[in-house]
Amino acid sequence: MDRVAIIGASMTTFGDRDAWVRELLAEAGDAALRDAGVDGDDLDHLYVSNMASGEFEGQTGVPNALAHDLGALGAYTQRVDQTSASGGAGIYAAWQSVASGASDMTLLVGGEKMTHKTTGEATDVIASLTHPVEYKHGVTLPSFAGLTARKYLDEYDAPRESLGQVAVKNHRNGVDNPHAQFRKEVDLETVLESPIVADPLRLYDFCPITDGSAALLFCPESVAEQYADDYVVVSGIGGATDTHVVHERDDPTTMNGVVESSDIAYEMADRGPEDVDFAELHDMFTILEFLQSEDLGFFEKGEGWKAVEEGVTDRDGDLPINTSGGLKSKGHPLGASGVAQAYELYVQLLGDAGDRQVEGDVGLACNVGGFGNCVTTTILEQP
Amino acid sequence: MSFDAHRCPNGHVTYPGHTRCPECGEEQTETVDLADRTGTVVTWTTSTATPPGVREPNHLAIVEFEVQGESVRALGQLTTADGVEIGDDVEPVYEEELRDPEAGIREPDSQAWDGYRFEPV
Ligand SMILES: [Zn+2]
Repeated sequence: MDRVAIIGASMTTFGDRDAWVRELLAEAGDAALRDAGVDGDDLDHLYVSNMASGEFEGQTGVPNALAHDLGALGAYTQRVDQTSASGGAGIYAAWQSVASGASDMTLLVGGEKMTHKTTGEATDVIASLTHPVEYKHGVTLPSFAGLTARKYLDEYDAPRESLGQVAVKNHRNGVDNPHAQFRKEVDLETVLESPIVADPLRLYDFCPITDGSAALLFCPESVAEQYADDYVVVSGIGGATDTHVVHERDDPTTMNGVVESSDIAYEMADRGPEDVDFAELHDMFTILEFLQSEDLGFFEKGEGWKAVEEGVTDRDGDLPINTSGGLKSKGHPLGASGVAQAYELYVQLLGDAGDRQVEGDVGLACNVGGFGNCVTTTILEQP
Repeated sequence: MSFDAHRCPNGHVTYPGHTRCPECGEEQTETVDLADRTGTVVTWTTSTATPPGVREPNHLAIVEFEVQGESVRALGQLTTADGVEIGDDVEPVYEEELRDPEAGIREPDSQAWDGYRFEPV
C-alpha cells in the first residue's frame, strides 16, 4: 500500500500573540506550503484543528476563512474538534484523506487563540467539555490532574519531587526551541515552591495558556519526492476514547485511550514501544507524562516516575521525551498542540532540530483530549 | 432531591446514568439513591484556580460507594479538606447551588446546579 508522507511542516511562535485565530492559521498554513513549494490551489483537502474559536473569540467557520486566505478555493474543508486532542485527530483525518485516495494533497493546520481571556475564563472554556455532574461542582482539567497525581503518588510510592523533575526537564528542553513560549530553565526548588493550583500540584506542574498554530502537508509517498528531497512517513496512527465521566474509570491512573490508540498505531507500523527512539507526550500536566509513558508501554505501570528521575527521558537519555519542551514550556494552544508535536518529530527525523537534535528514525506523538477522554497516537518514521 | 446512581438488569451501577449501560449495553432500568450512604475517598484535591462562579478554594473528591456488591464512584465537592486522607469515610450533604449558574460559560438552563457535597465522617 502507498503510505502517507508528510512533505512540509511549520509552526508559529507560541506564546502571547497579537494575532487572532484566522491570522495564526494563515501564518502556519502559508509556511508549511512554502516549506514544500506547494501552492494553495494544489490542495484537494484542507483541515483545521481547533477546539473553540467560537467560544474564545466569536469566530466560527475558520476552515473556509483559511481556504480563502491561502488561495485554496475549491478544496474540501473541515474543522476537527477533539478538544485538546484536536491536532492529533486532525492528523488522523488528513492521513485518512490521503490513504483513502480521496485527496492527493492535504494541508492540516491547527491553531487556537486563548491569551486574551483570563485564566479563569479560559479554564472554564476547557472545563465545558465535562459532564454536567462534573461541571456543576466546578471541576477543571487541572483539578483532575490534582486528583490523579495524589492517587498516583499514593499508589506507587512515588516522591512528589519526581513530578517536579518533569517540569525541570521540559523547561530545559524548551530553552533550545525558538518557537517555545518559555525558553527559561527552572530548578526543582522553584517548581516545588510555586503556588498550589490543584493540590498536590503547583503552578509549574501545569502548561501555560497559549496562542499559536502549526501545520503539516500530506501526500502519497509515491509522489513525495516530486515535492521534497526529505520527507517523513506516517507509519502508524490510532485513535481511541475513554469514559466521558472521569471518575467512572476502573483505575484512575491508567489512560485506556492511550493504551488502545497506541496498540492500533504499533500494529499498523509493525513496531513496538521498544522501537520508538523519541517521543512527544501530552504533558498538559506533569502527571500526564508519567501516565502516558507507562500506558504507551515505554515503562512498567507505576515506574514512569523512576525513568524521569534516572534521566532516561532526558535529551541525552535512552528515550528522550518532549525534546520540544513539551506543552509545559512550548505552550498549549489547544488545537495546535497535536500538530506541533508532529512538527517536532518531523524536524527531528529530518535532522533539522538544531541544538535540541536527538538521534533516531522512529518518533511517536501522543495527543490527549479532555483528561484522557480521547487520544490519538501517531508514529512517524524516516522513509 | 436524591443522589441517583443507575442500574441495568445485569446489576452494573453507574453515576451518572447513561442511555445504555457502558458495561453491557443494556438499558438502565433502576435507580439507587446514594444520599444516605457512607462512601470512601478514592482521592481528593484542593483547586485554587477556579472558573467564574466557583468557590475558591474548591475542595473536590472522588468517592466510592458500595451498592449490593458493585462499587460506584462519584465526583463532588468536599465540605472541607481539613485532615482528609485517601480511604476516609464521607457522607453526602445536600447543597442547593454548587456554583453560580449565571457566571460560567454553560447555558444555565441546560443542567442542574444543586447536588451533594461530601462531609468527612
Ligand atoms: Zn450493564
